[in-house]
Amino acid sequence: MELPFFYLFAAGIVGASLLMVTRANVIHAALSLVLVFLFMAGLFVLAGAEFLAGVQILIYAGGIMVLYLFSIMLMNVGVAVRLRQWHRQSALAFLAAALLALEVWVVLWKVSLPAGKAWPWQLGQTPGNVEALGMVLYTKFLFPFEVASVLLLAAMIGAIVLAKRQITR
Amino acid sequence: MGIAIEAAVALVKIAVVLGAVSLVVAYLTYLERKIIARIQVRMGPMRVGWHGLLQPIADGIKLLLKEDIIPAKADRVVFVLAPIMVLVPAFVVYSVLPFSPSFYITQVNVGLFFIIAVSSLGVFGIVMAGWASNSKYSLVGALRSAAQMLSYEIFLGFSIIGPLMLAGSLNMQKIVEAQSEVWFVFYQPLAFVVFFIAALAETNRVPFDLPEAETELVAGFHTEYSGMKFAFFFLAEYANIMVVSTVAVTLFFGGWQGIGWIPLPGFVWYVLKLGAMIFVFIWIRATLPRYRYDQLMRLGWKFMFPLVMANIFLTGLVKFLFL
Amino acid sequence: MVPLTHYLALGAILFLIGAAGVLMRRNAIMILLSIELMLNSVNVTLVGFARQWADLTGQVFAIFIIAVAACEAAVGLAILIAINRDRSLVNVDEINLLKW
Repeated sequence: MELPFFYLFAAGIVGASLLMVTRANVIHAALSLVLVFLFMAGLFVLAGAEFLAGVQILIYAGGIMVLYLFSIMLMNVGVAVRLRQWHRQSALAFLAAALLALEVWVVLWKVSLPAGKAWPWQLGQTPGNVEALGMVLYTKFLFPFEVASVLLLAAMIGAIVLAKRQITR
Repeated sequence: MGIAIEAAVALVKIAVVLGAVSLVVAYLTYLERKIIARIQVRMGPMRVGWHGLLQPIADGIKLLLKEDIIPAKADRVVFVLAPIMVLVPAFVVYSVLPFSPSFYITQVNVGLFFIIAVSSLGVFGIVMAGWASNSKYSLVGALRSAAQMLSYEIFLGFSIIGPLMLAGSLNMQKIVEAQSEVWFVFYQPLAFVVFFIAALAETNRVPFDLPEAETELVAGFHTEYSGMKFAFFFLAEYANIMVVSTVAVTLFFGGWQGIGWIPLPGFVWYVLKLGAMIFVFIWIRATLPRYRYDQLMRLGWKFMFPLVMANIFLTGLVKFLFL
Repeated sequence: MVPLTHYLALGAILFLIGAAGVLMRRNAIMILLSIELMLNSVNVTLVGFARQWADLTGQVFAIFIIAVAACEAAVGLAILIAINRDRSLVNVDEINLLKW
């Protein structure tokens, strides 16, 4: 029962991401990326990462992409749409990417692993995903957690300082 | 076979909830006009149907028949998608809310988180509407509204951490069941006040409705919209009011829990509490003046943010020491 | 049950679509968006592995990747806004003041 849903979400993700890299209008590309994130949240729920799915929608789609949209609106994209969109060496880049894709798929074809067991919360048992994640995050990964918060603070201050309008008198 | 039956039952439930919510949202416009009129010592809609009861239907038909104008230089795809992006998240939230002990569409372990996450997608519709209209008033109104909604969404999220700590679960059904003795509003009055103010700002209601006030920016982000698309924005605002009222009732006022000895079914209690909450929203609209934009931001970041952090800290302290 | 190779294959495709986007587009914002896509492909791979070995470390790592992606998006966009303010440029070929 899971496999059809996986194919549905995977098709949505790949389709929306192809849409994203081919759009000339940057706003359309950003909105396609939001679509990618929504499908990806569905995929995460399928894989038993419910908290991560919520975080993906709340932060990635609802925060980072709004930041992108605001920034795109602050820049003059009307001019950028009329310029040449594709790099001069696009064909070479596409060839390199396609070859790499082929290599990865050949490797995966030869690997055979048994499918994993379902998580306990996917079977309706009590320790939910959020509780289990909290247990692990605040005991084993406490130090990276605190470092991540300091990193966010540093990024916030850095972004404000970089984008501030210099007031010259 | 079992899956097919479950899917059919779920579809029927979804149809019932969607139909009921759409009807209530449409009549909420009528209710608002009537209540504001009575507060202002006048009668409100009286002509269409008995005491104006058919007014929402007349409004709906009028908006459907209006000419659908899309500005020449507007981004057509985004212009058409924006009203949908505002309306759909409001309806999606109803899938995890419990209306009575046995009637809910689904029960998700991260129900509360899902609600906050999906409501945050409403900002996209507003930003897209403002941008795609290709007009200054729309863009400024949309950016103001988006900044306001993003800031107050943070306070909304933090204010629900208090009841979450008391209930011990993100599952909406378990949160309602945890309030069987005392409703959380008595344990967390500060969180409720912050939640209410943040809900007013999230839904762009007075006193935080600067982005769409007629005297400020023509009509803010929906300046260039006409006909059914404008109706969608309008309906989306009322649907959002219903959603935050429902979440407030579920989190703070016990959902479908009754008051001890009075024998009414859970669903009736739920409707009564929801009605009272929506009445307070409309009452505030008729009473309070509007905040200026910088006052609004200052109120949020300098007053409500420390308050909500203090609430989380105090709740954690009390829970650790005494419970 | 979804086998692990499906998650890995999906992650690989997404990574390569993102890499193609970074290499082929000239607009700086498109490059940043493609980088976000590559970060998400890594998330998909991590969640697949977490499910395979029933170890929550994969999901925790994915949360940290989302946090780092937020930081990187903010700083990258701030740099672009600073460049764009003076000279109204978004094509990376033309941002070449440091070229000697």
